[in-house]
Amino acid sequence: MEKKEKKNRITPELLKVVIIRTLPIMTGYVVLGIGFGVLLQKAGYSWPWAFFMSLTILSGTMQYVGVDLLSSGASLITTALVALAVNARYIFYGVSTIDRYKGAGWMKPYLIFTLTDENFALICSTEPPEGVDPHFYAFLVSAFDQSYWIIGSVIGVLLGGALPFDSTGIEFVMTALFATVVVDQWREVKNHIPVICGLGLSILSLVIFGPERFLIPALAGIALVMSFGRRWIDEH
Amino acid sequence: MNTDLHSVLTVAVMSACVILLRALPFLIFRGKETPAFITYLGRYLPYAIMGMLLVYGLKDTEVISAPHGIPELIALAVTMGLQALFKKSLLSIVAGTILYMFLVQMVFA
Repeated sequence: MEKKEKKNRITPELLKVVIIRTLPIMTGYVVLGIGFGVLLQKAGYSWPWAFFMSLTILSGTMQYVGVDLLSSGASLITTALVALAVNARYIFYGVSTIDRYKGAGWMKPYLIFTLTDENFALICSTEPPEGVDPHFYAFLVSAFDQSYWIIGSVIGVLLGGALPFDSTGIEFVMTALFATVVVDQWREVKNHIPVICGLGLSILSLVIFGPERFLIPALAGIALVMSFGRRWIDEH
Repeated sequence: MNTDLHSVLTVAVMSACVILLRALPFLIFRGKETPAFITYLGRYLPYAIMGMLLVYGLKDTEVISAPHGIPELIALAVTMGLQALFKKSLLSIVAGTILYMFLVQMVFA
């Protein structure tokens, strides 16, 4: 295929499209970012911590769990194991965007770094405006999404100490996020074995190993069951 | 304020692990066809992982002692019910969280 010259230029029209399409993510990231910032502030960290975590990690789950890891003084080995276990799903976003991000040039490292759940979903479900390089479009969407997350998390820390209300229980925002994704996924696919397997093995592991140690056995169990149960799960 | 070296290293390790996971497929399957088993896992593992994350969010729930996980159960049911009915993630998340905060602060305090 002949390579068409597409513009990598920010125009008001392009900005408008990107802002409108990222509005839902903006709301979600600012709210969830504030939730993270409040927790981080409660754990005794100042706003630059939120800024650099959101800049270099950019993962809601990782950063929420990260507050726990930071405040409990977890060892670096534990941190690495939990980080790999909690975020293993990112591998599959990578697997799904290998072709899409081919030839992205200087933007590719950033496009790969910004493969969050929401960003991945938005980029895979929308087309760039006429005449705009799809990689540049994805780059802008990703940069906007990350800036919402950074802004939200910094606001959270700054508000944290001076929240006009009692924030006890705000950590439920993360559980609620996972719950909505489970509902969406349940509706999306007919085969419910994987999610039931994930829920069941995690509860089992939680009962056996307790809240501090259940993640790794749960993930190992899930990987085992999914590998050996392929013939009952895979419909293709 | 907490600015100790261990915290900086913890953040660095988290960042490195997340970047590694995101970049791994691009490094491994460079110019190759993705194996069928990986495609299979890519298709179904995310569902299992989300179930695990939901349990993770609820891991510290007090089931044996009061309030026996009742606030979590109510808030979870409302969140999932709203999502099933209206498919508006933000509405479900915000409503569920505010309800949970109300329950643990006012009702089961």
